Amino acid sequence: MLSIIESLGKYTLLMQKVFSRPEKMRIYRERIMYEMEALGLNSIGLTAIISIFIGCAVTLQMAITLESPFIPQFMIGYATREVMILEFSSTVVALILAGKVGSNIASEIGTMRITEQIDALEVMGVNSASYLILPKIVATVFFFPFLAIFSMLIGVAGGYGIAVMTGIMNPMEYIDGLKYCFYLSEVTYAVTKMVFFAFFITSISAYCGYYAKGNSLEVGKASTKAVVVSSVVIMICNLILTQLLRT
Amino acid sequence: MIKAENVIKSFEGRTVLKDISVEFGTGQTNLIIGRSGSGKTVLLKSLVGLHDVDEGAIYYDDICFSKLDFKARKAIRKDVGMIFQGGALLDASTVAENVKLPLDLFTEQSEEEKMERVNLCLKRVNLDNAHKLYPSELSGGMVKRAAIARAIVMNPRYLFCDEPNSGLDPQTSIVIDNLISDITKEYNITTIINTHDMNSVMEIGEKIVFIYEGNKWWEGSKDDILHTGNKELDDFVFASAMAKRAKMASK
Ligand SMILES: Nc1ncnc2c1ncn2[C@@H]1O[C@H](COP(=O)(O)OP(=O)(O)O)[C@@H](O)[C@H]1O
Ligand SMILES: [Mg+2]
Repeated sequence: MLSIIESLGKYTLLMQKVFSRPEKMRIYRERIMYEMEALGLNSIGLTAIISIFIGCAVTLQMAITLESPFIPQFMIGYATREVMILEFSSTVVALILAGKVGSNIASEIGTMRITEQIDALEVMGVNSASYLILPKIVATVFFFPFLAIFSMLIGVAGGYGIAVMTGIMNPMEYIDGLKYCFYLSEVTYAVTKMVFFAFFITSISAYCGYYAKGNSLEVGKASTKAVVVSSVVIMICNLILTQLLRT
Repeated sequence: MIKAENVIKSFEGRTVLKDISVEFGTGQTNLIIGRSGSGKTVLLKSLVGLHDVDEGAIYYDDICFSKLDFKARKAIRKDVGMIFQGGALLDASTVAENVKLPLDLFTEQSEEEKMERVNLCLKRVNLDNAHKLYPSELSGGMVKRAAIARAIVMNPRYLFCDEPNSGLDPQTSIVIDNLISDITKEYNITTIINTHDMNSVMEIGEKIVFIYEGNKWWEGSKDDILHTGNKELDDFVFASAMAKRAKMASK
């Protein structure tokens, strides 16, 4: 328990350092663009693959489960949409990004720590926390919401594709379902969640890497810890945000 | 001039530096020697402020460095260059980008001016053709030379080197040692080098400080070091066959 409080304190101090005034805006802009590509653009493929498969699977499951003369077929499209927007595109995609991006950030920064690259920056007079971490946070907080929207689109498209391919339901009814009772606020809710998730994934993983010490074994542990802790925080944060935003 | 006054530093209850007071002069190569684990790196990192000392003070000329806050230290850091044991070049950047980084961050020079300075520094360390290479593509000696180029790009007044020739073959070691020593003279820098290499001591040591288990055990010049009669120092010095022979010859 004590160590959790201590870690929280260290994390808060690190974030203070991260959000202190940047050295030079131009350099930061360049680094943000670079991180957008490294952490955001490079995650599009993964997001697309899992979203399309889950979209297909959810539609199939719904079609099988909701097979009843009393339930209109368009409910399948409706259910798929709700699952994709409300939970999958934000929470589940965030968990997967925590695995990919989180471990990447923790091992990159952890390696920089143990090979004294962070010390080298500090000796130059650079605020290493801000220089290394802030661009990653800005890049992911900005980019991950687009990944969430992208995932929704690909997911429901996958559902449509499977409906057409298997003929398990009428694709037109699927489309009707997608439009049924659609509120933009659901998308806003998902995107808002993703903003928080992006911040926690990046900052927690960076924290784990930044305070790594020792050798490559420790960097490995730091990167595992980054994924585990950010996943748990995502789950807790999901409940809190759902309670706050949806009720 | 750099001075440590009664510096004490502990980690988790274990005292690594035990009341060290020492002064390093300007325009000379000051060597900190001692066995692996004796506290050389911790001392060097305390001098540059990467470790905060528990007690005591660090002076850069007349300024009490250890009492300054981050912002005030930053002003002094413009005058500090450091070469880390593993080079510590940024993996994601090329050699030229690594050397240019301090200029990018702290000067308002144009791109041409910066590149001119980078080229000059890389030439100074005989690394003309490595601009576009990444650290992973360099040999050990090239990494050290690139690190030296980065350390001197801002024209430092203070240069810190942590085991600059560890992991290098004897020939390359001498090249690196002489390079650092020449630069020190050329620009009248206060240079402090950590080493456990007796070759470097005899080659470029002007002032030598021997650290033993976190204590300053002995200080002096390379002419005295062979005849101190100090047991711990002798054990360290004469572990090298070369030094043994030098002593025989001088008898
Ligand atoms: N960050 C740290 N935390 C805890 N102990 C450390 C740390 N850095 C160094 N030490 C300890 O301090 C002692 C001296 O280390 P160091 O200065 O690296 O030796 P060397 O003379 O080989 O450079 C070692 O016993 C090491 O375990
Ligand atoms: Mg050392």
